[in-house]
Amino acid sequence: MNNFKELSFKTVTYIASLFTIVVLLGIIFSIFLGGTPVFQYVSLTKFLSSPSWHPTHDPPDFGILSLIIGSLLVTAGALVISIPLGLGSAIYISEIASQRVREILKPIIELLAGIPSVVYGLFGMAFLSPFLIRIFKIPTGLNIFSASIILGLMVVPIISSLSEDALSSVPKSLREASLALGANKWETIIRIVVPAAKAGIISSIILGFGRAVGETMVVLMVAGGAAQIPSNIFQPVRPMPATIAAEMGETVIGSPHFYALYGIAIILFVITFISILITEFIVMRKKR
Amino acid sequence: MLFLKNTMKKILYYILSIMVLLTFTCSGKIKKIKIAGSTTVLPIIQAAAEEYVNLHPDTDISVRGGGSSIGILSIINQIIDIGSASRPVNKQEIEMLKNKNRDLIETAIALDAISIIIHPENPVENLTLVQLQKIYSGQIENWLALGGKDQKLVVISRDTPSGSFAVFNEIVLEQKKVRSDALMLASNNAVATNVAVTPGAIGYVGIGYVNEQVKLISISGIKPETESIMNRAYPLTRELFMYTLASTRSLAQEFIDYLLAEQGQQIVEKQGYIRIKPAGLRQ
Amino acid sequence: MTRTRKLQALLGTSLLKLFIALTAIFLILFLYVIFSRGGKMINWEFLTQSPRRYMTEGGIFPAIIGTFWLTVLSIGFALPLGIFTAVFLTSYARPSWLVRIIRVSINTLAGVPSIIYGLFGLTVFVQFFKFDVSLLSGALTLGVLAMPVIINASEEAIRSVPPDFREASLALGATERQTILRVILPTALPNILTGTIISIGRVAGETAPILFTAATFYTRLLPTSVMDEVMALPYHIYALMTEGSHAAKQVPIAYGTAVVLLALVLLVSTVAIIIRYRLRKKKKW
Repeated sequence: MNNFKELSFKTVTYIASLFTIVVLLGIIFSIFLGGTPVFQYVSLTKFLSSPSWHPTHDPPDFGILSLIIGSLLVTAGALVISIPLGLGSAIYISEIASQRVREILKPIIELLAGIPSVVYGLFGMAFLSPFLIRIFKIPTGLNIFSASIILGLMVVPIISSLSEDALSSVPKSLREASLALGANKWETIIRIVVPAAKAGIISSIILGFGRAVGETMVVLMVAGGAAQIPSNIFQPVRPMPATIAAEMGETVIGSPHFYALYGIAIILFVITFISILITEFIVMRKKR
Repeated sequence: MLFLKNTMKKILYYILSIMVLLTFTCSGKIKKIKIAGSTTVLPIIQAAAEEYVNLHPDTDISVRGGGSSIGILSIINQIIDIGSASRPVNKQEIEMLKNKNRDLIETAIALDAISIIIHPENPVENLTLVQLQKIYSGQIENWLALGGKDQKLVVISRDTPSGSFAVFNEIVLEQKKVRSDALMLASNNAVATNVAVTPGAIGYVGIGYVNEQVKLISISGIKPETESIMNRAYPLTRELFMYTLASTRSLAQEFIDYLLAEQGQQIVEKQGYIRIKPAGLRQ
Repeated sequence: MTRTRKLQALLGTSLLKLFIALTAIFLILFLYVIFSRGGKMINWEFLTQSPRRYMTEGGIFPAIIGTFWLTVLSIGFALPLGIFTAVFLTSYARPSWLVRIIRVSINTLAGVPSIIYGLFGLTVFVQFFKFDVSLLSGALTLGVLAMPVIINASEEAIRSVPPDFREASLALGATERQTILRVILPTALPNILTGTIISIGRVAGETAPILFTAATFYTRLLPTSVMDEVMALPYHIYALMTEGSHAAKQVPIAYGTAVVLLALVLLVSTVAIIIRYRLRKKKKW
């Protein structure tokens, strides 16, 4: 009897864990099922390399190059903002701030990570965009620049909290040895602590990249939505998640356009999946 | 530890009792009408739903956007009771209906004019369809060419799958491709909001979305007004539709009848659209 | 030489301070804009009434309740699954190739963009299981999204229970199952729950996953079954900004809704963080 209970409990935990695999396979299966039929209408190379996205035109153009570039530019912009700010605050919190300040700042950053993206989107659309038009005298406030600022702001807490974890897990003896050898605090931080925490810092940046590239509401509300290859950062773009969110509701299920949107989801998934594998690889190599 | 367990238990009790309370207060026999579809028709339906529910407390209406295609598709698949659309059903959808052996009933409930709006400080008052085509297909870059100030054009359009775009595409663009640097926004309100804050902007929205913060201009001298829309003189006039299935009508039909009656048509007007039935005329 | 080194150190530290100050300024500006514009909307009526006069007056009560149910149901779905998975990973964890696959799955799920969760929910729950657009579809989609967060929080909590506890229990003759259920989980539970509560913020604030699975623009009454469409706070903000036709009156309501959503998320997380803080201080082992 007792044995049976043991076994059934163990089985339940097994099944629960297998469920994570099932869900992941379910996600992969559903986007590939929905996305692969698009390649009856357009070749994979054309899908990826043509910048012309006119899904409802007759005949339609399903080229997502401009959407991919839009996503990458906005994400790059976000990282340009969030890496110095996130990493800077992580180093400050972990190495310079007093115990007291640290205990206040750490939970605040954790709190900020939970701010809903739609609220950031509201801020970008109703406040930042008109503000930028006034300051820079640009034709539109919905562009790469403003989307990058908002996304960057969103990613700061992610990079900051994960990098901070990595920095504070660097053994104290390393710091003490460096200081004992006559290095000052700043040199210790830059030459010893940061390099020692390199793996964790890089994975935090990659995670931030994944978050930014997949974020939907902010780019839907703030990036402007023009499917073009931009010539400067004050031009609007149409990142991949925004395209899916904006057009999914308006397509007929089973139409080429519908498949094309799932096709975009495949590309988006592949990009995030690769970034996740890279972090896995870094963590694994570090463990060795 | 003990203190913590107790507070957690307390919190749990509170949550549970709130849940039970809510479930009890809102149980009871309530008829539901589910409506989904065009974002252009949305304000009319939402307003009418409010009034209708006031008159019929035993009915609740859920109003969802999504877009014209979602509305028509959902009604074909019997997921909802009424589908709304800012365009008539297309060939593909008629095909689908045939396959499922279902009959769709189409009711036009209001008229809409796709209205061309610009920033309020822009002096331009009128454009022709040809000029509009040139603007949206990318042949004109500056307001100077249109009789305005020396200012770069910011072209704002609706997303290509939207019903508004479909009409605009047919009448203005005549199947030319929209310029690639046009801002493609997902909703009428997003277009209106952005035209209002962008000095060089031009955009188009359903007439219900025109507000004081943007400037409405005429096409070839005709402004979208009640008269020019009702006699279809304004070139970008269109009908807004509600679709129901012949098999599952009764409750949905009551709501549509309400919309077509005087009270419903007044709501249509109040939302800024144009009534489909002349005032004072009984059904 | 020492002078340049000192100067470098000074410059470096000031740069760090500048970065953290910039972050703070950004965030304070952000919070200030949201709270100052939305704060004045908040009153009793706003919190307890349905929208009125074409969504230009009245409150957001149905959206609050919708978000409440979406959150409770999704956590109710994800929490047991998450805890069991964590138990597996900490106590059984065999065979090791399976554990590796499960870990990669969890990490991948944690990084999948929320819009893809939305498509998954649309394909699986709305279309395949025919739950339609409903509270149920939305809650399941959000639950799946919350799972990796809950698993990680639970695993961390279980790992922080000292191994002596397990060994003592096993030495006294308790079985593995009894040890887990009576010793390890009760000890780890407060930490699991605080971790979960923090994940509530993510669930309650997500828009993209419920876009095609649960959210509706307007319904006056509250949901009576899990098959109803519901209003939700994050979607309400998005809908007012994009689908409303009375911008002058609806943008302030959107700000007000944002304040409610922010306050809820921040409040719930703050409580969790405070509880965790006390817990750590009290920890006797």
